[in-house]
Amino acid sequence: MRNLIAVPVIILGVMLQSAVISSIKLLSGHADLPLVMLAAWALQEEVDTAWQWAMVAGVLVGFFSGIHWLIPVMSYLIVVALARVFQRRVWQAPLLAMFSVTFLGTVALYAISFTGLQLSGVPLSVTDVVGLLALPGILLNMLLAIPTYAVMRDLARWVYPVPEVE
Amino acid sequence: MALALGGYFTSGSNIFTSSLITVQSWFSSRFAALQDFLTAPRDIASLRQRNSELEAEVAELQAQVIQLQQEVGETEILAALVDFSRANPENQYRAAAVIGRDPSPFLQYVIINRGSNDGILRGMPVVTDQGLVGRVDAVIADAARVQLITDPAANVNIRVQNAEEDASLVGSVTGDLTLEMIPQDASLERGDLVLTSGLGGGYPPNLIVGQVVNVRSLDLFQQATVQPVVDFNGLQIVLIIVNFEPVDINPLVPAP
Repeated sequence: MRNLIAVPVIILGVMLQSAVISSIKLLSGHADLPLVMLAAWALQEEVDTAWQWAMVAGVLVGFFSGIHWLIPVMSYLIVVALARVFQRRVWQAPLLAMFSVTFLGTVALYAISFTGLQLSGVPLSVTDVVGLLALPGILLNMLLAIPTYAVMRDLARWVYPVPEVE
Repeated sequence: MALALGGYFTSGSNIFTSSLITVQSWFSSRFAALQDFLTAPRDIASLRQRNSELEAEVAELQAQVIQLQQEVGETEILAALVDFSRANPENQYRAAAVIGRDPSPFLQYVIINRGSNDGILRGMPVVTDQGLVGRVDAVIADAARVQLITDPAANVNIRVQNAEEDASLVGSVTGDLTLEMIPQDASLERGDLVLTSGLGGGYPPNLIVGQVVNVRSLDLFQQATVQPVVDFNGLQIVLIIVNFEPVDINPLVPAP
């Protein structure tokens, strides 16, 4: 039952992304709140539903966006996979893991989006995408990473309370 | 009586009354001090309560001012749109508010709060009082997604008014608009007005798109940058042309 918390949280995240964060631009790039939320959620040790969250987020973003739904689904699954790997390897430095997953996840999202759009015949300039979309997007995602990590950690502790040891 | 009338008591009465006034003032000031001392704590409490009430009232009024300013802004936009629809009676319009943008930075789409329940169909052109915005790309019951003309996948057939030349307008990830496939002999100049041509059946003709800001000469064709007349970052309310039926020319395009 507690897994259902993903649905309202992700819906809220995608709505915030569409209504607010997509309008806050640096050059032509903007942050990706669902991606950062997923990275922060998947890095929580007690969380075992990150894959489902990635599917829900990907389908929802695909529904809102003009981009093909497979692109966000694939990107978010990669973000969760990265978070799982980093969680095991750099578990003693959660913020370092968060920054690493955010950086690599954002790069993966842009690479997959670029490839997918090129394959569907949308003309894109690599220089514009890297300089005006990807780099500002990575920077904004990094800025969003710390507060999002704190919120998602609190949410994880609320959803998965740690049993008290007597 | 005779002494008083004669003014002989004047100085004496002055001394007497001034003494009385001095004593009266002393009593009055002492009483006021005592009254302050006795009532001050109660007044401070009531003043604090009154102050907090007034602060709450000020906050409420400030919120009302902000809301009213927002409503005034929306009313101004709506008034401009009404003027536009009156000036173009050949089209039927439906107003919609922009409620979101595409979550992907690669694409230039907006989400509006009108859908198939309001008679909105895929392919309908979307405008503001300034000019062309884009066209409806996807529709659900109460919302629709609009592809802006600045989207990298958007392609609008236009004509340059002064040059009497047809060309193709394409968007980009940065939101810049570029005119492509302009013949080398066409005489384009900075400031030329760009309008929809109506070719291809995707948009009605003669909708204002923007102005030419610079022209570059390539090997086979010329290329020009267009400054759109619509402020796409500040889109709040748009009009959908509901009586325009886009023509699907795909069956006429020869297969490769």
